[in-house]
Amino acid sequence: MKGKVKKVEIVVLLKQVPATESLIGIAGDGISIKTDDIKWVINPYDEFAVEEALRIKEAHGGSVSILSVGSERSVEAIRTALAMGADKGILIDAPAGIVYDGLTTAKVLSTALKEIPFDVIIAGQRAVDDDNFQVGPATAEFLGIPHISMVIKQEIADGRMTCHRTVEGGTVVLQTPLPALFTTQRGINEPRYASLPGIMKAKKKPIDMKNASDIGLDPDTLGKPLMKIVSLKTPAERKRGIMIDGETAQEKAANLVKILHEEVKAL
Amino acid sequence: MAQSVLSIAEQSEGKFRKVTYESLSEGRRIADQMGCELAVLVLGNTIEDISKELGQFGADRILLADDPSLVEYLPDAYANVVADVINTETPDVVILGASTQGKDIAARLSARLNAPLAMDCVAVRFENNELTATRSMFGGKILADVVFEGTPQILAIRPNSSMIAKADKSGSIEKIQVDTGTTAVKFIEKQLETGKVELTEADIVVSGGRGMGGPDFSALEELAKLLNGAVGASRSAVDEGWRSAADQVGQTGKVVSPNLYIACGISGAIQHLAGMSSSKVIVAINKDSDAPIFSKADYGIEGDLFEIVPLISEEIKKLNG
Ligand SMILES: Cc1cc2nc3c(=O)[nH]c(=O)nc-3n(C[C@H](O)[C@H](O)[C@H](O)COP(=O)(O)OP(=O)(O)OC[C@H]3O[C@@H](n4cnc5c(N)ncnc54)[C@H](O)[C@@H]3O)c2cc1C
Ligand SMILES: Nc1ncnc2c1ncn2[C@@H]1O[C@H](COP(=O)(O)O)[C@@H](O)[C@H]1O
Repeated sequence: MKGKVKKVEIVVLLKQVPATESLIGIAGDGISIKTDDIKWVINPYDEFAVEEALRIKEAHGGSVSILSVGSERSVEAIRTALAMGADKGILIDAPAGIVYDGLTTAKVLSTALKEIPFDVIIAGQRAVDDDNFQVGPATAEFLGIPHISMVIKQEIADGRMTCHRTVEGGTVVLQTPLPALFTTQRGINEPRYASLPGIMKAKKKPIDMKNASDIGLDPDTLGKPLMKIVSLKTPAERKRGIMIDGETAQEKAANLVKILHEEVKAL
Repeated sequence: MAQSVLSIAEQSEGKFRKVTYESLSEGRRIADQMGCELAVLVLGNTIEDISKELGQFGADRILLADDPSLVEYLPDAYANVVADVINTETPDVVILGASTQGKDIAARLSARLNAPLAMDCVAVRFENNELTATRSMFGGKILADVVFEGTPQILAIRPNSSMIAKADKSGSIEKIQVDTGTTAVKFIEKQLETGKVELTEADIVVSGGRGMGGPDFSALEELAKLLNGAVGASRSAVDEGWRSAADQVGQTGKVVSPNLYIACGISGAIQHLAGMSSSKVIVAINKDSDAPIFSKADYGIEGDLFEIVPLISEEIKKLNG
């Protein structure tokens, strides 16, 4: 890979999550959510990852593989990514009855990645269901490769990747040799829609279905999750508050400031 | 059993982030309940002077990883140094702020140490000899109580969720041997806006949405400045190109928990609420009395934001004398 421009093998870590407008209810066991009425979509940050992968491929050549750990339902999300233009999908089926926490998911993903060639791995900064911000960097750690998180711009040249990452109050530019993993942040791109021909083509693209033992993992040694949910609740519903009265806009503004200052002590 | 709690500080340009004081205070409360010592680790270059004050926030020991190679945050170098310290100190609990940097370190450490991690916690309690953390999931629609299996138990706490408390401790300084180990990531450059209040740490956030009608946010900027707050935006305002993506509040933007959130010309879509519903007090200004935001706001003003917001600024100026 030294000096010469080289094709880039890209793997996107993709999770299927409830659409953000879905109502989330707590299931009878008190530690999981009801899944009956949920509309499932690609995690929005992973959609950025798919788009960025396609752009890297368009610029450098190479291929885009989608890797997901989940139930069979996740095939839909992979198929959508293939319709956007990814080349192939791999779904690792999570065995029934085993709960994967972020760390276990990262173990499964990194084990699967030992059999998949890659120069660049792209993950979302977080999945909007568990909001863990963990799987990307943990997968990189298990693979022993560098990672850069919260990336809004990347450039690949001469076997190196330069990334602009957002931090509190600004951006920082970091550089890493490949192979490496980066996670996406809003602002990196606007994901394309799957075109009709794209959707047709996706039907013929391969999706490998595997389970943990196919990739050499013993479901028993995957272990118990280290972080265990003991109860779920919904936060106290925010209620409609007070509409501030006043004859004029001036009066309303004055009344609001008075309340915020004297009663709420927020000012 | 000799237990201990280790807090990891975060400084940028020689100043600690507010969340450092929050995680230190939270670490002190946990250490008190466990009846053990609290150490704080500071990484950076020439950080001794600024670190002395950390005793006042409850640190028994202040560990300094003071080295030119740590002047900028690099994910691999920092993870290597922090992991070394954890291996030597063997703390039961590691607590740090869930900032961009803190989340990065926490995730990397959890894998390296095979340790349980509760990310972005909004509350922590110690009961029956066990830590329970509360974290928000599904964009704040669910709160989960989680417990940990194994040590160290890593807690990354959400900025603006913990009380800062003073607790005068000895704060003895110890310099540690720094070995950044094998690293691949290099620092190239950075651009920081100085003097700007960070959105996720601000006590007061004034946000604008599509109702702003254009990129002129000066009315909100002025109000935020008077209140020493930060300016946020809805996704629509970002999509229109009126504000940078870094200002976006919501499910695909930042999550903020200020004391006061003022939503101006924002309708109150669920994805926006996901980013600000944990604010202590919410004020909405909207010209549509049916806007959904009013059903989630503690105080609402029906009216034109371009008229109302400058008047609020005037009232605050009067208040400040
Ligand atoms: C996957 C996904 C993720 C998303 N993530 C986010 C996110 O992170 N953050 C986010 O904000 N949105 C997000 N959205 C978008 C969200 O659904 C809404 O479209 C968006 O929040 C609407 O922005 P708005 O309230 O500014 O605009 P609108 O809904 O258009 O509301 C504008 C409001 O301004 C009022 N108004 C107009 N003029 C004035 C005036 N002069 N004075 C006072 N009031 C006035 C109007 O009455 C109206 O209520 C996401 C959507 C999806 C599908
Ligand atoms: N089950 C999964 N399968 C594939 N990728 C995943 C899975 N879970 C998480 N990821 C990846 O890790 C990112 C962060 O997820 P999380 O740590 O769960 O917030 C996601 O945006 C995905 O890119």
